[in-house]
Amino acid sequence: MEVKHYTATAKALHWLMAILLFGLLALGFYMHDLPLSPDKLKLYSWHKWAGVTAFLLLGFRLLWRFTHRPPALPDSMPKIMQFAAHAGHLALYGLMLAIPLSGWLMSSAKGFQTVYFGVLPIPDLLEKNKELGDLLQTVHMSLNLLFVAVLAGHIGAALKHHFIDKDDILIRMAPRHAKEK
Amino acid sequence: MKRLAFALAFAALIPAVHAVEYIQVQPDKSTINFVYKQMGVAVDGKFKKFSSQLNFDPAKPTAAKASFDVELGSVDTGAPEGDQEVAGKPWFNTKAFPTARFVSGAVKALGGNKYEVAGQLSIKGKTQDVIVPATFTAQGNTGVFDGNFTIRRADFSIGEGSWAKFDIVANDVQIKFRITASTK
Repeated sequence: MEVKHYTATAKALHWLMAILLFGLLALGFYMHDLPLSPDKLKLYSWHKWAGVTAFLLLGFRLLWRFTHRPPALPDSMPKIMQFAAHAGHLALYGLMLAIPLSGWLMSSAKGFQTVYFGVLPIPDLLEKNKELGDLLQTVHMSLNLLFVAVLAGHIGAALKHHFIDKDDILIRMAPRHAKEK
Repeated sequence: MKRLAFALAFAALIPAVHAVEYIQVQPDKSTINFVYKQMGVAVDGKFKKFSSQLNFDPAKPTAAKASFDVELGSVDTGAPEGDQEVAGKPWFNTKAFPTARFVSGAVKALGGNKYEVAGQLSIKGKTQDVIVPATFTAQGNTGVFDGNFTIRRADFSIGEGSWAKFDIVANDVQIKFRITASTK
């Protein structure tokens, strides 16, 4: 049976962002309770730069998604599961949008502007405000915990499709095998 | 009689040209802020407590004198963990050096409302000559001094050890002040 693949661009964006977001998550959880040091400040800057990069990639990815319909889900999937899959993807997109935004707002409120690669200042969206900064920190953290949970569902579902349902859901996002070309 | 009273009232409104001396600094209307760069990011900070002595007569600017004692422990770096950090030994070492002191020397009038104050700045046991440009704006019984100048933190050993390199926290620190003083 022929596998209906995602476009090569969609795959590249998916896997590039997968690597970037896992790095961002790991860095975020690692750095936030380090004692203050030059390294901590460096990691924070890197985290912000990577976050801006993820945000830009997401913009491109959404544009691509709206102009390139992904392959349809297999008919073998019950309607309720298809709905759950769409809802899950919508949640992932929503969180990929909301998380960098909350980080950006948090940086503004805490008075530490984001300067992309130390060169390009990203405008502050909020005035400096300690209480708001602390609140946005909680929001950023909570959204990330939610993201980890939805990601676990995403990965678990992909593996279930591959190993239990034995359908092509995971394959169609994987690089094409040479023989399929 | 009425005319005399009017004349007297009018005379009282004319600001005296001589001997108007601004001496009383109003702490609630005065600020000492600073801007430092952290990996290319400009971050604002301030000192919340300082005391000062000031004598400034716009008619005799060169005779002006000013001294400021800034309580370094009152620093607000923009982040609570930063405040704790800079109080420590590698930065201000506030236990051994609780205050920074500025004492004015020669004052030059540059014309208009612009002045240039030469002075000595002492922080953490080190003293450097600094030139402080300032403008003065009179508003009735109060006058406002505004200005900024840049120091290099390394000149005062501020940020030693792992902080000594300038790749994370830049050497240049801009000091911005607004000092409001009244005549009495």
